[in-house]
Amino acid sequence: MKTTKKIDPSKRAERVSWMLVTPLACVLGFFLLLPILTIVTVSFWNFNEWSFFPDFILDNYVYHLTSAVTWATYLKTLKFMVLTWCFCAVIGFTVAYFLAFHVRSLPVQIALFLVCTIPFWTSNIIRMISWIPFLGRNGIANSSLISLGVIDEPLEWLLYSDFAVVLAFVHLYALFMVVPIFNTMMRIDKSLIEAARDAGASGLQILTNVIIPLAKPGIMIGSIFVVTLVMGDFITVRHMSGGQSASVGRIISNEIALLQYPAAAASSVVLLCTVLLMIGVMMRFVDIRKEL
Amino acid sequence: MTNALDLELVATTKRYGETVAVAAIDHTFKAGTYSCLLGPSGCGKSSTLRMIAGHEQVSEGDILLGDANITDRPPASRGTAMMFQNYALFPHISVVDNVAFSQKMKGVAKPVRRKRAMELLDLVDMVSYAERLPDQLSGGQQQRVALARALITEPSVLLLDEPLSALDPFLRIKMRLELKRLQRELGISFIHVTHSQDEALALADDIIVMNGGKIEQAGSPRDVFNAPATEFVARFIGGHNVLRVGGEAVAVRADKLDVKRQAGEGGATLTAAVKDVEYLGSSVNLALDAGSAGDLTAAVSDTVFFADPIEIGTTVFLAWKPEDAHALAV
Repeated sequence: MKTTKKIDPSKRAERVSWMLVTPLACVLGFFLLLPILTIVTVSFWNFNEWSFFPDFILDNYVYHLTSAVTWATYLKTLKFMVLTWCFCAVIGFTVAYFLAFHVRSLPVQIALFLVCTIPFWTSNIIRMISWIPFLGRNGIANSSLISLGVIDEPLEWLLYSDFAVVLAFVHLYALFMVVPIFNTMMRIDKSLIEAARDAGASGLQILTNVIIPLAKPGIMIGSIFVVTLVMGDFITVRHMSGGQSASVGRIISNEIALLQYPAAAASSVVLLCTVLLMIGVMMRFVDIRKEL
Repeated sequence: MTNALDLELVATTKRYGETVAVAAIDHTFKAGTYSCLLGPSGCGKSSTLRMIAGHEQVSEGDILLGDANITDRPPASRGTAMMFQNYALFPHISVVDNVAFSQKMKGVAKPVRRKRAMELLDLVDMVSYAERLPDQLSGGQQQRVALARALITEPSVLLLDEPLSALDPFLRIKMRLELKRLQRELGISFIHVTHSQDEALALADDIIVMNGGKIEQAGSPRDVFNAPATEFVARFIGGHNVLRVGGEAVAVRADKLDVKRQAGEGGATLTAAVKDVEYLGSSVNLALDAGSAGDLTAAVSDTVFFADPIEIGTTVFLAWKPEDAHALAV
């Protein structure tokens, strides 16, 4: 009789799958799940001027959610988000469309695509701050407009305004829209366009009946990037509004600056839930699984 | 749907930069016939089809459909419809919406266009799949849908770009019969691009063999197969031996070669060694090495062969009737 134990092959395969998934599970558990659990835990803790300590209170949430400032700030952040999303979607779609359908040769496509990424060679903050000398009261924009005779005195709303914030956001995040849309558009079979033309579709009809529906997953992935980045931002809003506009991210960063960690944790949990909810709603409209 | 019209190519030319893809070809596709454009890849057959469809600009020459010059008309107003090689069904809409697509573009009301689309799905026997997405269909089913989508525009000429190449051999033969039946029933012209001579011989009323952007030979399948006009056609269509007789090239069908055991028997003129014997069921192919005449093939019916089997390595003598030797143009 043989003494070696026979292992059922399907059990073996199952064990191998668990082993393969372990490293990623560890990384995600340690660097994603654990911090979030910590934040959730701390959000129920109590604090005073000089310390914070374990407790189970709902005061942090109650204070955060009943404050008029919070609601006004959320409204403001949503406004930034919607405006940024609109501009990024239009610009992203147009650029991706041009790259995917008007540029015929692959080398040129790749070259132009790389050109799009050049701004990413510098840091976020530098790209943002470089708008200041351009938009300032005596900046390039104002002085050229005055010398052209378009305006008589400098425009005050160019810098340190909501306009400046949205402009910087669009500049920073438009590429996050271009890339996924370009990716889905490249997968659209060119013969579908010919088939549509064969069926008598005009250019606009091809766009609305074929290209936009097929590019939807890309638009959705880009939207998730833009929405999460704008909702969580605190630095762009502070610099470009000159400290005059608030955002949810700034509330949290202020609370951290005041060492009110439990309050900051509660605000973070609310923001996290809000963003997850928004993404959940977006995912209901478009199935992006095919793209991943 | 009996709006069949003659389609005429007049010195139709296609140039891509310096290269000439289609060199001033003239041909009339008779109304209501099944024509096959046959040739190896790069011979200009697809460019020709795409010019007829209006998806490729004609560099020179004209395309006439009936009395109308359609050379520069957009694809949808030429009276042609195209069925694409990979079917090009819209993956995001259902089968019935795919078929109704052209009517939607025209602004036909939804109930009307869906009803019309269902009639066409009925024609290709796909009614029960109307609400499915194209991805949920097999290759053969997708092809039927593509066919219905092309036919809803009521074209005078249906253009098919390698329609059977994506199917497995069994389905190919089945769809081949169905295409032919559909063409007979509708009475319109089909122009079918293929690189498979079997497909062309089985389907076509009219075969147009192309090579290097030119038409090598056009005619009925029997004429093309029995009497190839050029050496290219003889070799491409297959089943032929190209021989030199008195300095002139002639084509002799493999099944018209007489294989003899004895020299001089029945006016045998060629000596050859049997290199290989291939059993094909109803016939047996002999691969022959005829020295200076090159490699030849003789097809012998299985009854004749097995009455007196020939071994590999045997020397045989070949003869053919003068009327079976067709002179080839250079």
